[in-house]
Amino acid sequence: MAIEISEVAKGDEGGRRYGPDNPAPVIEPPRARTHRTPRTTRTNFELYGWLFMRVSGVLLVVLVITHLVIQLVLDGGVSKVSFAFVAGRWASPFWQVWDLLMLWLAMLHGGNGLRTIINDYAQRDTTRFWLKMLLYVATVFTVLLGTLVIFTFDPNIS
Amino acid sequence: MATVTETPTGGMADSAHLARVTFRIRRFNPESSEHAFWQDFTLDIDPKERVLDALHQIKWEEDGTLTFRRSCAHGICGSDAMRINGKNRLACKTLIKDIADLDGGPKAKPVVIEPLKGMTVQKDLIVDMEPFFQAYRDVMPFLITTGNQPSREHRQSAEQRERFDDTTKCILCAACTGACPVFWNDGQYFGPAAIVNAHRFIFDSRDEGAEQRLEILNDRDGVWRCRTIFNCTDACPRGIEVTKAIQEVKQALITRRF
Repeated sequence: MAIEISEVAKGDEGGRRYGPDNPAPVIEPPRARTHRTPRTTRTNFELYGWLFMRVSGVLLVVLVITHLVIQLVLDGGVSKVSFAFVAGRWASPFWQVWDLLMLWLAMLHGGNGLRTIINDYAQRDTTRFWLKMLLYVATVFTVLLGTLVIFTFDPNIS
Repeated sequence: MATVTETPTGGMADSAHLARVTFRIRRFNPESSEHAFWQDFTLDIDPKERVLDALHQIKWEEDGTLTFRRSCAHGICGSDAMRINGKNRLACKTLIKDIADLDGGPKAKPVVIEPLKGMTVQKDLIVDMEPFFQAYRDVMPFLITTGNQPSREHRQSAEQRERFDDTTKCILCAACTGACPVFWNDGQYFGPAAIVNAHRFIFDSRDEGAEQRLEILNDRDGVWRCRTIFNCTDACPRGIEVTKAIQEVKQALITRRF
């Protein structure tokens, strides 16, 4: 009926079983609250991050769906998208601001979402740290590059 | 010849209500092996009994080394929360007939019993509850008032009491915190149970420590790590709307700020 214990007294030292005189090693709970646990930050960063995700999500629904309709559906669909088409749209400050807003909101929304996922799923502190550094560098790079292109776009480039 | 002395009719009548149920239990004993393993126990037991009765029968009649916590055995002390068929429940409030495959036969599915996830297993079904109680202590689960010692009772209306009635039901069994995926991966998160017990005082009209508790829960590992996946509400053996309580704390934090 009962399955026998397959491995008996594995890991004991010098052939002695664990017992009162030879206690089994203490297993530390993962990431327990210890004296090395970081102190509370007392900032509202997480609150603002949480709110930003909700607000930017609602705005992005409008921004992205309109963007997709203009780019992929109206006026012959995706085949019309060319350098001239982009140049024509970015001649208007309205679409410049639209695209800029979309770029910043989408990158920060996605970046914050990934930061949350890394915090939830990365187990080791060093893994967590380097994944987040990679994420921050990639986010800042993309946002700055995109902003640069929107503001310095030259329709007469040869 | 020996079989003649048995009482076939009487024996049948005594055991007619019994069902054959297999219990598959996650065993771990650090003093004999560093590996956990599954062990099957097949019992003839009344399906109207509780899972805790089956555990008692195993411990008292089959294998005395089986280790689990239980105190009152009637759903009040919160000692025997464990993972039964993949869901956190109190063994003393779960009837065998509700969860077991009673069709019998060799293909019947066993009742799978494991310790709570997210906390270190010490032996068999016993986990280290210290991180859980550390988070509980951190939200200061006691009445905080200012001024002189009162000369009469703190008055409270029925409506004011009703505001936090749901969260007073918590028995600290850790079924919710042990069901939370954020807590599984990162024990720094306060966990639903601590937030429920903070909610119980934050919305108590007699208490004056709400600001301090909200400040604690506003931190990196506070309520903002909740992903509203409702595992805690599903797991709670007292039927507390845990996720709703967490959302109310979030709402209080936002309305405090804006």
